[in-house]
Amino acid sequence: MAGPGRRVLVTGLSTFWGGRVAQALEQDPSVEVIVGLDTEEPTVELDRTEYVKADQSYSILNRLVKATRVDTILHTFLVVDSTRSSGRALHEINVIGTMNLLAAAGAPGSTVRNLVVKSSTLVYGAGHRDPYWFREDMSRTSRVGTRVERSLLEVEDYLSDFADDNPHVTVSLLRFANVLGPDIRTPLSRLLDLPLVPAIGGFDPLLQFVEENDVVRAILHVMDRGIPGIFNVAGDGRLPWSECAALCGRRILPILPPFGAERLLAAFDRFTELPPEVLSLLRYGRGVDNSRLTSTGFRYTCTSAGTVEAYAKAARLRRIVGESPAYRWERDVETFFRNSSAVVRDEP
Amino acid sequence: MAEGERGGALVPIRPIPPEPAPLPDPRLSDVDCWGRSERARALCRLLYDPVYRNWFRAEWEGLEKIPATGGALLVANHAAAIPSDAPVIMHGLETELRRPVYALADFLFRQTPVVGTVWSRVGGVAAHPDNAYRLLREQKELVLVFPEGTKGTAKTYGSRYRLRRFGRGGFVEIAMRAGVPVIPIAVVGAEESMPTLWKSPALARLLGLPYFPVTANMLVLGPVLGLLGYFPAKFKLRVLDPVHFDVPPDQERYSKSRVMEEAEGIRVAIQEALHDMLRDRQSVWRG
Repeated sequence: MAGPGRRVLVTGLSTFWGGRVAQALEQDPSVEVIVGLDTEEPTVELDRTEYVKADQSYSILNRLVKATRVDTILHTFLVVDSTRSSGRALHEINVIGTMNLLAAAGAPGSTVRNLVVKSSTLVYGAGHRDPYWFREDMSRTSRVGTRVERSLLEVEDYLSDFADDNPHVTVSLLRFANVLGPDIRTPLSRLLDLPLVPAIGGFDPLLQFVEENDVVRAILHVMDRGIPGIFNVAGDGRLPWSECAALCGRRILPILPPFGAERLLAAFDRFTELPPEVLSLLRYGRGVDNSRLTSTGFRYTCTSAGTVEAYAKAARLRRIVGESPAYRWERDVETFFRNSSAVVRDEP
Repeated sequence: MAEGERGGALVPIRPIPPEPAPLPDPRLSDVDCWGRSERARALCRLLYDPVYRNWFRAEWEGLEKIPATGGALLVANHAAAIPSDAPVIMHGLETELRRPVYALADFLFRQTPVVGTVWSRVGGVAAHPDNAYRLLREQKELVLVFPEGTKGTAKTYGSRYRLRRFGRGGFVEIAMRAGVPVIPIAVVGAEESMPTLWKSPALARLLGLPYFPVTANMLVLGPVLGLLGYFPAKFKLRVLDPVHFDVPPDQERYSKSRVMEEAEGIRVAIQEALHDMLRDRQSVWRG
């Protein structure tokens, strides 16, 4: 029989976000069970999270949800950085994975009452007809041209259908702006690490960032309070790309041509990590209104500029002392520490 | 003493929660969230001032009608192949009133490399209704808009000072929603500073521009210099009485007929002011 505490399923445990969220949940005594699902082994140190290996499209989800009787699913496994996986894998993970997840969560007899999905402000695109601040109810003005954007929009469609069909489930959809932080690599952070930061000639767009810890805090915030709805998550303010570079002690180099940059980069696809959705961002920038989330009581720890500065400091340290050693998950070791009678545990 | 007041005294005074400290915001530039930079604007004013004072010799009337604080939507007639009225109005208001002015303009600017960035730094904002609403309602700024849009600047010399349709009255709806007055401004001089003699629809299509003008300036100064060299027409600007709408702000929608009626009223007011000013004008160059 399930105990009184929360039972949480985290998807994408081995991804940066899944690991981070699971770590934060472990600190919360009201969370009784944490089950982490992924295709690969976790990359962060976990204490009491149970890791379950699944295939990309999560076909075992139905059984898992039934067996563990989770009441909350945190769906962090949506790929938003298209340089990290091929187009097909991206579709498989984002669209098919979410479909299976929703099918399991909405199955008859399902115990799921809370669903938090980590999406991205990529769904708004970036175009010249955009408002400077997207609210959650505004739709994009630019054409959907990239795979990752299309897959995220499909996911959001499925999710809104799911929310309509399952009124007893609190569904929260979080759209995160570009993330920067000491521990995460994103297409933009890789650009900021270069000695000269590439820019599109004649454009200096205004960008908005969210700090990596604020991402985790936002997920836990909506989960703890069970706040339904769609929320933009982004630090206050926007700043020009040239200023982002300056905060990192860099200068921009307008090396990308203002016309035809997309086609040029497509030709050198293998060598650059500049997907088309980043290119349109470097042209027009994107701003989202974060007031809906703050009105629920959420407080950011960093503004957009503060996020860039925190990243710059971390990058400076990394250049001197090198990467911090990566954690390696070893099943035998984990099993030993968790289950062996040789390990002396403090009584709770 | 009233009953209610005595009751209130018995309630223990709760400590006021401390105002959350503002987050550190380590900005290096002064580019605001609309892309405007006061430093860029100051440089622009410095460079433009001789043009404003000695070339166009701009003269204002009724500046006191523009409030020193609070949002207001400034609406003016639009002219000249490459509009000369927007910089004159922005420069004039910023130097006289010491208030920033944000000018709404076509999305086309944002698409153009270099021009788009510079335009944004000196106070240009893409004309999205939500942008205007935020500037007026939340930031209580002055926002300048030309409801005629490119229809105004695309006119040929023969139809000068004849106002085009004021869009679909969108500017009135924004002002209503933002709860700010519309302040009409009539501008004389812009039409003659760069008159369009002829337009080439074929070239416009080819270049993806809303219109391709052949201006008198191009004939006199050549095709390149003619793009920048304005004729020294005397500028006169008259601020008309602010139009207040007695409607509650932030409504989902406003009566379309009321909106159109107000928009037409404002258009007529500017048109009549223009006629009035043109009647008194002795010379295009001396005013």
